[in-house]
Amino acid sequence: MDGQASGGLAERAMPVLEHDAGRPCRRQRAIADLTTGFARWRLAWALAWLDIRHRYRGSVLGPFWLTISTGAMVAGLGFIYSRLFRVEPADYLPHLAVSLVTWNLISLTVQDATGSLNSAGRMIRQLPMPFTVHALRAVLRNAIVSLHNAPLILAVFLLLGHAPGPEALLLPLGIALILVNAFAATMLLGMLCARFRDIGQIVASVMQFGFFMTPVLWRPSQLSPELQPLLLLNPFYTVLETVRGPLVEGGGPLAAWLAALLYTALLVVAAAAFFVRFRGRIAYWV
Amino acid sequence: MALIEAEGLTIAFPFYHLGARSLKKRLLANARLHTDASNRVVVTALQEMTFRIGRGERVALVGPNGAGKTTLLRTLGGIYEPAGGRLRVEGAVGALIDLASGMEADATGRENIELRALYRGLAGAERQQLVAEVAAFSGLGDFLDVPIKTYSAGMEVRLAFALATAMRPQVLLMDEWFLAGDSAFMERAQARLAEMVGAADILVIATHDMTVVRRWCTRVIRLEGGRITADGPVEAVLAAA
Repeated sequence: MDGQASGGLAERAMPVLEHDAGRPCRRQRAIADLTTGFARWRLAWALAWLDIRHRYRGSVLGPFWLTISTGAMVAGLGFIYSRLFRVEPADYLPHLAVSLVTWNLISLTVQDATGSLNSAGRMIRQLPMPFTVHALRAVLRNAIVSLHNAPLILAVFLLLGHAPGPEALLLPLGIALILVNAFAATMLLGMLCARFRDIGQIVASVMQFGFFMTPVLWRPSQLSPELQPLLLLNPFYTVLETVRGPLVEGGGPLAAWLAALLYTALLVVAAAAFFVRFRGRIAYWV
Repeated sequence: MALIEAEGLTIAFPFYHLGARSLKKRLLANARLHTDASNRVVVTALQEMTFRIGRGERVALVGPNGAGKTTLLRTLGGIYEPAGGRLRVEGAVGALIDLASGMEADATGRENIELRALYRGLAGAERQQLVAEVAAFSGLGDFLDVPIKTYSAGMEVRLAFALATAMRPQVLLMDEWFLAGDSAFMERAQARLAEMVGAADILVIATHDMTVVRRWCTRVIRLEGGRITADGPVEAVLAAA
């Protein structure tokens, strides 16, 4: 694996591939996979663009169809739910726009993660390449697609004259947290789904369930005060809050941030442990 | 210096998506298929192979279908990590195992060359050099800017061959039918192979075609049922069969 990845030119130091089933060196190989994978980010980026161009080949608007459909969702749901909840649309729409766009990114990433390694199976069986590249490719293509929704938030904010305060400076941190989660989830789910083909189906139902259990359409403040702490048990809520907080809620509750950090750490540890242990088996699974 | 060293190399494929229970009885009689500790059906594709391929050797892997030739090529190429034993491959590896060869079917020929350059970590001038060299050698002309899923098999072979050999791998792993192109291309391909082999690199080719073996190889390893049943100079092994 490291052999070809570390240089194909004859003039360079001669690459060596060595495997000893008695000494698997799993941790070193996993770390090497990650470092070479991230060093090859240009490859992941090029592949991600290729995926997007292919997915929308022949389509006039391409990924902007997503912008249109999310825009219609925001307008329609904003109209209905601001009446159902008896709140001012000017108050509700910024919440809805940010929540929907962020949820879209989360849900797109998680559902795509289930196929991130299976869809690269052809390549995995042909070319020794860090598995990190395949995960990075999936994360990048979903991030790029989701970015097409970002103008909606701007449009809603401008239309309604909503301006976030200085707490908006926390936004990059929230986005970074989402990207870390996206990468770890893509690695973990990619491997799990390569091994157990049922997981993809389970994930689809979990995401649908999650959409209604998470304050995307509704707001945490609509729950009675004694129920609100229970929201912290929902990882989707906490991660969503790290983006929504800075934009519409004056920063978001500290407890949600701390819980988001904790969930991120847990996911990263789980993904890392699984990756170290089973990286060498992935080629047999896909 | 290019070198391949295998000691007790074993590769076992679990069949995850078969019900082990129902198959168990039927398979118990078969030595290559067995169930492992967690009750999965496992096929031992390569069993305890020990060999050493040194500089300048051109090795033919021969044997019936399912003998483990392609699995051995893939393992040498770093795709499968061995379940048992040791493997050491020194030298940059070029692999021509399946036609797709890790190419993206929806991308054009040129995009695929650029992806390969990124894969190898080439940038700037080196990258352009690779594109130019592969474009020239493959002789695809205008077809370079067409998605490769529209290519004929022969065109795909040309691109794959040019890609795999452009950066002068020291170890070339190949399935025989890569030597099946149109005659003008074959002359160039064979010239390039001869040049590589002349430069003291290693060629490992899986083949059924004895004229390929006699023409290209210095050594034959015969595989049967995932084991090495013969290993030696071409005429000695072929005569024994």
